Amino acid sequence: MMKKILKNEAVQSLLTSLICILIGMLVGYIVLLLIEPSGAAESIIAVAKNFFGYSRANMRLKHLGTTLVKTAPLIMCSLSVLFSYKVGLFNIGAAGQYVMGACACIYAALGWDWSWLPCMIFAGAVGAAYGMIVGALKAYFNVNEVISGIMLNWIGLYFTNMVLVNVKDASSAYTYTFKAAGKDAILPSLGLDAIFSGNQYVSIAIPLSIIFAILVWVVLNKTKFGFELKATGYNKHAAKYCGMAEKRNIIVSLAISGALAGLAGSFLYQTDIEQWQVTLSSVPGMGFNGIAAAFLGGLNPIGAIFSSFFIQHITEGGSHVDLTIYCSQISELISSLIIYLCGFVGFLKMAMNTALAKSDEKKLAKESAKTEEEKGGDK
Amino acid sequence: MVLLLQYTILFACILTLVALGGCFAEHSGVINLGLEGIMVMGALGGALMMRALPNGTSAFVVVVATIVAALVVGMLYSALLGVAAIHFKADQTIVGTAMNMLGTAAATVIVKSINTINNPDDHSSIVQYIEEKKAFIVNIGGFEFSWFMLVAVIVLIVSYVVLYKTRFGLRLMACGEHPQAADSVGINVYKMRWAGVLISGLLGGLGGIMYITAGVSEWKFEYGVAGFGFLSLAVMIFGKWKPQNIALAAVLFGFFRALSNVYFGFDFLVNLNIPSGVYNMLPYVVSLIVLAFTSKHSSAPKAEGIPYDKGAR
Repeated sequence: MMKKILKNEAVQSLLTSLICILIGMLVGYIVLLLIEPSGAAESIIAVAKNFFGYSRANMRLKHLGTTLVKTAPLIMCSLSVLFSYKVGLFNIGAAGQYVMGACACIYAALGWDWSWLPCMIFAGAVGAAYGMIVGALKAYFNVNEVISGIMLNWIGLYFTNMVLVNVKDASSAYTYTFKAAGKDAILPSLGLDAIFSGNQYVSIAIPLSIIFAILVWVVLNKTKFGFELKATGYNKHAAKYCGMAEKRNIIVSLAISGALAGLAGSFLYQTDIEQWQVTLSSVPGMGFNGIAAAFLGGLNPIGAIFSSFFIQHITEGGSHVDLTIYCSQISELISSLIIYLCGFVGFLKMAMNTALAKSDEKKLAKESAKTEEEKGGDK
Repeated sequence: MVLLLQYTILFACILTLVALGGCFAEHSGVINLGLEGIMVMGALGGALMMRALPNGTSAFVVVVATIVAALVVGMLYSALLGVAAIHFKADQTIVGTAMNMLGTAAATVIVKSINTINNPDDHSSIVQYIEEKKAFIVNIGGFEFSWFMLVAVIVLIVSYVVLYKTRFGLRLMACGEHPQAADSVGINVYKMRWAGVLISGLLGGLGGIMYITAGVSEWKFEYGVAGFGFLSLAVMIFGKWKPQNIALAAVLFGFFRALSNVYFGFDFLVNLNIPSGVYNMLPYVVSLIVLAFTSKHSSAPKAEGIPYDKGAR
């Protein structure tokens, strides 16, 4: 019975992810211990607890809301990464597509006074176009998508800084708040904010991101289009031989991947929870955390919802460590460790399967030996 | 003009060092996408060494100790890639990406906690080494010669000789082209791949310390190295995995990177009134265009990125 459960693909993915999380947290704890042993246990618990650390129930709900607000874009980023990964492409450029999406929706909202829906669609479209550059370079020029993705991340960052300088006060490094300059562009909340003790940033982005996760699952698993994309990922040449347009598939999948990442930008900035800082000199971590969430979720869209929540949970939790001794980057350290460990998932699963197969074999051998014995008795 | 020349050479040297690191790893059959993280860790090692050395240490000792620290830390960090890619057949893209994130995060945590322990109010991620940094620089009529430049040239020559003129180098390249064939004539593929990865760690670490001591007076570790590890990979691809071509490619990329640092020194460029963001973008745009024209007929090692499996045919 136990073995049957262990052989299940989904259970294996869950188990390996949990192992990655545990080891990641353990190493994080050891790092804290090395820095200063006295507060280490408290701080790692604070990271793991995040909003549970608040004593009052309504504060807990409010901070759960904040975590969820930032989880929604992370889900979109991880969907973006896993979608292209299914097609055999590692879209590290998701970070740049996210930045370009943010740029599009912020400028459309503050510069052109668009309302929320056009802003959101525009962000997705710009992200898609930006992703298509990576796809076209890969399909027609054989450029490694990781390297072109990184280059485009930096280009996108500097471009965004240049564009968004036009929608801010001269005295501040941040763009105007949507509340002040683009009220129509704030995503509607449909009363969801009331559930989270009036957290004003809670919006339809949260349910939308879950709907997108389900959509991605359906497209990948239940449609001919998804099958073709996955076939291209498994073997480009075989797919071409079967009459699939492998070049078109690469470009289309990166366009979809880019659109998802672009929407992530919209889902964060159109809640008005953060403003863009035009002096930013490194690409925001959202896209990279998306990679962590995608792999931690076992490259499954539904898994991505939970893993994104977890990653965001510990990222937020990082700000609850004792900041007089430690620094909040400890949670980045933990999530990057988790990605590193995800590299070993294939090996872990193989080891698990080999162990199971071996014990099965032993059992079979025992049984056959037994029957042999019985047969021998007859003679 | 002198400034442009100085920065071009400086950046070209960094790119050459790191690209050569990538070149060794790829010739052995392992794609090292973690160069960025290795650079950060090497830089951390070197910076902490400079900080630890007492005031008044002779310039020669400072230079040697710093370089050794960067080399060692870079090499140790690259072992993370070696373990995962060589023994556990991990996806090298994921592991490399994780190492980049881990490098920046770990370096920031380490530097911040050192700063905070020394002074509870200090939460910055800056290592103080301005005095020690002067040991690297010799001023020749306005041109600031850095000892790193000499090191880079030596490394370039040594790399060429090692790769093409020694038994070790030829065997290393065999492991990246056809590991099964290499194994069949008695070469230990695992050992060779370890050698490739560790050499890339050494050179990446060296490039890292050179990067943070170049030009900028102080360096915040949370910034990482701004995509330099990946620019180096572009240089490597443009240089067709050959040391001599890599050096030429590095000069081209170094020039555009230097331009973004010193363009305001040229009146005609300032008069064009182009926002500084455009200059910042230039090296990345140029590398994209260059990659588009050079990647079509790739001369990459044939077996790179594929974990070696003794049983496979």
